[in-house]
Amino acid sequence: MWDWLRGLDSSTRGIVRDGVAVAIATGAYGLSFGAISVAAGLDVWQSCALSLLVFTGASQFALVGVIGSGGAPVLAAVSGLLLGTRNTLYGLKVSPMLGWRGWRRAAAAHLLLDESTAMTITRTTREDARVGFVSTGLSIFVLWNLATLVGALAGDSLGDPRTYGLDAAVSGAFLALLWPRLDSTRNRGAAVLGAAVALCVVPLTPSGVPVLAASVVAVGMALMAKDDRSWEEP
Amino acid sequence: MIWLAVLACGVGCYLLKLAGMSVPEWVLAHPVLRRTADLLPVVLLAALVAVQALVVRGPDGPTLSIDARLAGLAAAVVALLLRAPFIVVVFVAALTAALLRL
Repeated sequence: MWDWLRGLDSSTRGIVRDGVAVAIATGAYGLSFGAISVAAGLDVWQSCALSLLVFTGASQFALVGVIGSGGAPVLAAVSGLLLGTRNTLYGLKVSPMLGWRGWRRAAAAHLLLDESTAMTITRTTREDARVGFVSTGLSIFVLWNLATLVGALAGDSLGDPRTYGLDAAVSGAFLALLWPRLDSTRNRGAAVLGAAVALCVVPLTPSGVPVLAASVVAVGMALMAKDDRSWEEP
Repeated sequence: MIWLAVLACGVGCYLLKLAGMSVPEWVLAHPVLRRTADLLPVVLLAALVAVQALVVRGPDGPTLSIDARLAGLAAAVVALLLRAPFIVVVFVAALTAALLRL
């Protein structure tokens, strides 16, 4: 590993270092995921399986959040899947830059995340894009899964999660995931509408449904929007 | 059942990633589809924030309740305004709610 690192030129080494730095920051919140997941009623193995198999933070938080509030597991899985759709858009953007086919592409798909995308799309050459993608994706995979295990074991030994405010930590975690997306009037409006729709249907529907009901806001706003350039991502 | 949800979500999320890596760009080029996918995370995360902070399971099903969780959320807003990292935001929310319950 270190021989390989030393063999790289300095700009490539810089890309790897950035990827690992991002992974350390992301791994830290794997700790909170593990603790919150156990507090929501999943066991340690289920929490670890989520991080290994789902491996995309917002979807995992959504799944355990819905289960924690008493929603049916199928609604929890659908909430996780809906949040996972954004990775499809990332794939469209990243795939031509990486230029992989066959098993390499199939393996790379598992590492597709907000962070690995961000560390890839700024590169100018295919080689740099690949180094950015793999170094970020792989180091996040390792740290995210280790952190989930540690967080879940710690959460498991805590006892009643309410004593430690872990139920409040869940909404704090969702807000922190949402925060960077509240950068336009349109998104802020969508967030307020989505929250309002969810709260309005709470008394009428079983747990888990209100969150899914909020997705009509996304479809409605998308249908009504005029075609303008502000929708194009940077 | 939880295991089933874990496996289904795992397989599904992987296929969503693989689809993005594999289909040509024009397949998902319809503007309404793009905008929906763009807005979904915002709307779903906002709904999750609201539900997690305000909904409790009562004897007659879920109802709204204002309690220490909302104070935790307010503390999280302050932490985010101060540009605190993710783990600090989560910790501050938990700590605030825990202290209020003492």
